[in-house]
Amino acid sequence: MELKYTPQDFKSNQEVKWCPGCGDHAILASVQRAMPDICEALNYTRERFVFVSGIGCSSRFPYYMNTYGFHGIHGRASAISTGVKVANPTLTVWQITGDGDALAIGGNHFIHAIRRNIDINIILFNNQIYGLTKGQYSPTSKLGMVTKTSPFGTVEHPFNPGALVLGARGTFFARSLDVELKLTQDIMLASAKHDGTAVTEVLVNCVIFNDKTHATVSDKENRADRTIVLKHGEPMIFGKNRDKGLILVGRTLKVVKIGEGGITEKDILIHDAEEENPGLHSMLIDMKYPELPIALGVIRAVKDKTYDDNVRDQVIDVKEHAQIHNMDELLRSGSTWEVK
Amino acid sequence: MQHKVIDTKEVVIRFTGDSGDGMQLTGTLFADASALYGNDISTFPDYPAEIRAPQGTVSGVSGFQVNIGSGEIKTPGDFCDVLVAMNPAALKANAKWAKPTATIIIDSDTFDEKGILKAGFRTMDPVKELSIDDRNIVYAAITSLTKESLKDSGLDPKAIIRSKNMFTLGMCYFMFNRPTESTFAYIDKKFRKKPEIAEANKKVLMDGFNYAGNIHAIPNTYTIKPAKLEKGVYRNINGNQATAWGLIAASEKSGIPLFCGSYPITPATSILEELALRKDLGVKTLQCEDEISGICTAIGASYAGNFAVTTTSGPGLSLKIEALGLAMITELPLVLVDVQRGGPSTGIPTKTEQTDLNQALYGRNGECPIAVIAAHSPSHCFEAAFYAGKYAMEHMMPVILLTEGFIGNGSEPWKIPSMKDYPEINPPIIKQPEETPFWPYKRDEQTLARRWAFPGTIGLEHRVGGLEKNNNGAISSDPLVHERMVAERAEKVQRLANYIPEQEVIGEEKGEVLIVGWGGTFGHLYTAVKELHEQGKSVSLAHFDYIFPLPKNTEKILSNFKKIIVCELNSGQFANYLRTQHQQFNYHQYNKVQGQPFIVKEIVDAVNALL
Repeated sequence: MELKYTPQDFKSNQEVKWCPGCGDHAILASVQRAMPDICEALNYTRERFVFVSGIGCSSRFPYYMNTYGFHGIHGRASAISTGVKVANPTLTVWQITGDGDALAIGGNHFIHAIRRNIDINIILFNNQIYGLTKGQYSPTSKLGMVTKTSPFGTVEHPFNPGALVLGARGTFFARSLDVELKLTQDIMLASAKHDGTAVTEVLVNCVIFNDKTHATVSDKENRADRTIVLKHGEPMIFGKNRDKGLILVGRTLKVVKIGEGGITEKDILIHDAEEENPGLHSMLIDMKYPELPIALGVIRAVKDKTYDDNVRDQVIDVKEHAQIHNMDELLRSGSTWEVK
Repeated sequence: MQHKVIDTKEVVIRFTGDSGDGMQLTGTLFADASALYGNDISTFPDYPAEIRAPQGTVSGVSGFQVNIGSGEIKTPGDFCDVLVAMNPAALKANAKWAKPTATIIIDSDTFDEKGILKAGFRTMDPVKELSIDDRNIVYAAITSLTKESLKDSGLDPKAIIRSKNMFTLGMCYFMFNRPTESTFAYIDKKFRKKPEIAEANKKVLMDGFNYAGNIHAIPNTYTIKPAKLEKGVYRNINGNQATAWGLIAASEKSGIPLFCGSYPITPATSILEELALRKDLGVKTLQCEDEISGICTAIGASYAGNFAVTTTSGPGLSLKIEALGLAMITELPLVLVDVQRGGPSTGIPTKTEQTDLNQALYGRNGECPIAVIAAHSPSHCFEAAFYAGKYAMEHMMPVILLTEGFIGNGSEPWKIPSMKDYPEINPPIIKQPEETPFWPYKRDEQTLARRWAFPGTIGLEHRVGGLEKNNNGAISSDPLVHERMVAERAEKVQRLANYIPEQEVIGEEKGEVLIVGWGGTFGHLYTAVKELHEQGKSVSLAHFDYIFPLPKNTEKILSNFKKIIVCELNSGQFANYLRTQHQQFNYHQYNKVQGQPFIVKEIVDAVNALL
């Protein structure tokens, strides 16, 4: 039977209860639009999808997907999705989490899922604030940010989620903006195709407690000049007029203008997402406006064995040489004696 | 001195030494040899928290006690007939466990000035200082005899010294006329790749055996005839291994693959280790980054359709508690094994206690009753784990299985069961839609269990989670929906009482005193009751495996005795629980919180004081 899904097939009957204007609506739309693409590209059917979340505004997400879903407890989404995937590797597991859920209370599970390279897809909604508890600073809040728990400005340095992914030897990292619906949709397909832990950070606006936190780069007016959408195998060119590019000078990245100072398109770096060495990926992830554009798109996607592969290989290997095939044999293995 | 061979019914041997002296292995080999010979045995490893505490100090002393008998053996014994002390610190820490008639074997090489001072003796005569000079003390230069035995072996001095426990073992084999075959087989297997070490160990063991025969310092040797055990094939098993195997057995009977998410913690770790070995039976283990991940991966696995378990000890249970609430409200099968140890906090991690009962019964936010089952002996852990799995899966709920360090590490002979004697396990798995959309919290009328819908099943897409929901799966904070769901979940656990066996009473059904116990104290309480019966006392024992819910006949049993005494290794947690369940009775208590098992005599005395 030929199954053709539409985004509508992935909408549940539950009323979406995020605030009007919240960036989460856009991500939900992007993911629902990506689902038919993913099913077609990978020959998946809807019942194989499991959406797992922790706690926070974004973590209500599974209720809005007409798939299998598990709404967990604060910070533990990575652990729950790990269990789902290991228990049944034929499932396609999607984890929805936020900057507080994944990087504060759930930081440990997050980095260890990545280290194991479990084949799950993590979408990290980064709004740099605790929304559901009404406005406290998060591990990604900018230094000095005034919130209810930092009335004089935070004195903590924020995490860069991508840097954590690389630190945990992650194999996939992508970044998008809530407002870039098509980009997010495309990244979801790339994430689904990737074998291993795929982390996508989406910079999302919290209209109530941290409005316009990403506006400098997400603003429609300036977005093209302040962000760069990286594509594997293509030159790192950006700007409204597609005339700016990135080059490496010494050990740092620099923005140049094509056509100025003898710079031609040939001088511009070509993006290689599949390069195993994370050096350049790290620099791209760290780019900050105004010195450099914010990197979007699939920044890193390298091949490595997944946890699931390794478990499967080990089970096959052990079973091939197994002396014990059932419980009765196990009970009688080793030293035994008979009382007559 | 005239050598006599004494036929005896029961002998207790306690091997003690520095934690690097290999006393756990020595004791285990002796116990295994005795079990294979056909004795009934019970063992008690008693070791410090430090892997290698400062050498020669009392805090670094490691002990292993084994009770072997030709009759029924239910405890490792209160006091020992033979004490092996490999250094002065071991003697100092363990002299109190030696019977007045005991033989004490001492490695005299270690009793030099340095060793004696390090153990904290005030004089240079430890035996006198401990007032044990009336015991039969056998001074054997074990260290130098081992060196002499292996001087031509080519082994380095360190490896030679490490073999001295085998010399001691050889001496004990002589004293108790033990066969050496099983031990030799073990040595050959362990040092398969280092045959020179295997040969050295066997030589030292035989030299120890012959030495003991030659010195005439050991006046008597003992034979302990094989116990009259029920016919069948036996093996030795410790509680943690039995727990692991019981879980695998439940997986096999249900046809549901076993997943264990766990984090290493004393004294529970060996359950995870045992499960990790069993990839041949399809067992999946995940050594997690922490305790919370241990239970959360298990919850995820359970949602995805595996029989999920997580194993831990007290502090780990504390960390898992929030997630336990999640398993309860999502109504997913899960077995949590808590091998209890001395608390609070890190407490005395290698010692045994029953102090997690309150935590297991009550330690959660919200109205969150969870079934609690306890294992009562090393081999009973198999059955307890099997039924914990059966009830968790068939009733769609988490079950806490309490064991203890004492039975987890302790071992006993076990008549190997056949899997055909165990019941089927039939979880309420739903394979195709019965209604559209699927109602995840629709319940079975009898058990109140919801149906288990595995992701991957067409048409059963649904969402569960920690938020309160209606039976159709929609999030709801409606006051009456919440109250009804709370009541339904509680009633589901309560109805488990319809499925568990009735409580048994050991001894007369009616009488003067009922001893009430639970968990790993069974052996001691049972032995105490037997002794009291021999004294002609009207005493019975009700030892509870099913804690919550209690068996349905509990009240009737309690009402049949004039006095009830609840004996447990805590400050009275089960007694207080019984006070909430059956308020009309007066509960006396006998409690001990020393990180040590009961002594039979103290139970006998406590009951006699009540009579």
